[in-house]
Formats: sequence, structure tokens, C-alpha cells
Amino acid sequence: MQDRIALLAIRLADDHLVLGHRVSEWCGHAPVLEEDLAMPNIALDLIGQARSLYAYAGEVEGKGRDEDMIAYLRREREYTNCLLVERPNGDFAETMLKILYFAAYMEPYWQAMTGSKDETLAAIAAKAVKETAYHIRHAGEWVIRLGDGTEESAGRMQAAVELLHPYTAELFENDDLTAELANAGIASEPSDMRAEWDRTIGAIFAEAGLSQPDVPFPHSGGRNGEHGEAMGFLLADLQHMQRTFPGASW
Amino acid sequence: MNAELPLWEVFIRPRNGLAHKHAGSVHASDDVMALHAARDVYTRRGEGVSIWVVPSAAMTASDPSEKDQNFEPTASKIYRHPTFYEIPEEVGNM
Repeated sequence: MQDRIALLAIRLADDHLVLGHRVSEWCGHAPVLEEDLAMPNIALDLIGQARSLYAYAGEVEGKGRDEDMIAYLRREREYTNCLLVERPNGDFAETMLKILYFAAYMEPYWQAMTGSKDETLAAIAAKAVKETAYHIRHAGEWVIRLGDGTEESAGRMQAAVELLHPYTAELFENDDLTAELANAGIASEPSDMRAEWDRTIGAIFAEAGLSQPDVPFPHSGGRNGEHGEAMGFLLADLQHMQRTFPGASW
Repeated sequence: MNAELPLWEVFIRPRNGLAHKHAGSVHASDDVMALHAARDVYTRRGEGVSIWVVPSAAMTASDPSEKDQNFEPTASKIYRHPTFYEIPEEVGNM
């Protein structure tokens, strides 16, 4: 069971590290100073959550890997993040929507995990749930304002929805690992979050005047390490320091 | 930018029992976004438990050129300072 817990922790951590990295790319480039602080705040929340999860995964798998080794020294196929989080940032509308889609999934997930039989995961969840609630609020308010804003902002927001919506179904995919851990009372099945996600997104989209497109062929594969083209470039950036100066630390 | 993102003044209460103090200002499209911006800009290091935001346009300020007539006369009125009795410790912040 320990190695299964480690796999789940790494999967969750990969989602958070990769999205945190993407959001951190905005640092110094946000449209206004206020947002230039808000986005790194969100990125730091996500990376902080990833760190706790990687450190715990390293501890329970017992192979002597620390958080940095797991985060920085794996190959692309070994990363099990969902495809949504690795998508390039695109414009501001796209990034805000991506943060919202992911946070609206994680909020009920963390909420459920606060009752996990695994005490460490429950403690990580208890801290993360407050941070995630703020991510929904902040990104949600932007999605509403851009969707219900000018012709230009509404057009870009709807374009972001068309682009990213096909990546959301993967969030809710169950597999052997999630089934096993759900049976053991450690983590919920991803599909359990669907109703709450639909409620959150539905309410925000109604206010924003956005519509959810039909997605005949949703994208999937990240959980098996099958990533899009953007992932390799992201990892090159992310891993550069550790690959160039192995063991470097601050 | 000023029409779309007007200025808001930010007041933060550092802990219960104290008053809100002016912390600075932010640009935001409306009150909700101003609160978010104030939270992200001014409470990153645990500075507060409560935030107020007020449209800067709603504030009226005293005229710096009237400084003398406004404030100087008080300098000679030491009897207005409560320095002649002791405040019991239990009273706390005054």
C-alpha cells in the first residue's frame, strides 16, 4: 500500500508543480502590478503543495529520494500530471481559466481528503483547501469580468473555453490506483468531484455569459506519462539548474 | 487605465482590538477585485485580519497649504494631553 500512496502523492504533486511552474512564468509579465503579485502568490501556493506531496512520497516509497530528486530528476514519461496543467499559458484569459478549471476540481478533492485515513495527506489537504478556495475566487472573478466584459475580452474568454475544455474530462478519470486508494479510505475517486466541479463552473459561466462546448473527443493520457509537445520544453526549463549543477541548493 | 482601473485606498487591521490603518493603494476594476488586490499586495506576510477598500475618489483630504491654521494652534495647548493621570494597564490599547 505504501508504494501506491507514493504514486498517488507524486501524481497530485506533478499536477501542482507543473501548473505552479506555468503560473510562475507570468512573474514580471502580468498586465498590472496587482496581478503580478497575485499570480506568483498562486504559483507559490501550488508549488508549496507540490513540495509537501513530493517530500511525503519520497518518505513512504523509501527509495532514498528527496523532494528535489522526484521533482527535477525524472524523465518526461515519468511525470503523471494531467494534460490541462501543462498547456502553454496563452493569454491572460487562458491562464485564468486554466487555474479555475484545476482549482474547481481540487477544492472538493482536498475537502474530501481532509478525512483521509492517511494523516499526512489529511494534514496537507487541510492547508491546501483554503488556498485552493482563494484560487477559485480569484480566477473565477476574472473569468466573470472578462467573459462579461468588452467584445474583445468576451471573445478571448470564449476562445479559451473552446481551447481548454477538451482537457477537463481527464481530471475526472478513475483508474486502478484511484480505485484501490478509495477502497482503503485514503483518497476519493476523481469522478466523485464531477458534480461539484459542474456546479462551480456552471455558476461562474452563467454570470460570465460563457457556454460549455460539447467535446466529442476529450484529450487524455497524462496519467500514463503521455504528454503534449509543450511538456518537454517545460521540463527543459524546470530541470535546467538541477541537470547543469547536480545537487545545487539555495 | 484610470477609467478602467480606478484607484482604491487600502486600510488594514493588523489584529483584533486595533483600528484599521491606511496601508497604501491599488488599482482595480471594482470593489471585489480591489479587495483581492489589497489581499495580494498588502497581506503577504500575515499583516492583517481585516481589509477595507475605499474608492480614492471618495476621499476628501485637508489642504496642505492650510497646515498652519489647522494644526499649529494645538501645539500650545498641553492641557489637552492626558498626561496628568495614569491609565490602568487593563485598559489595553488606547
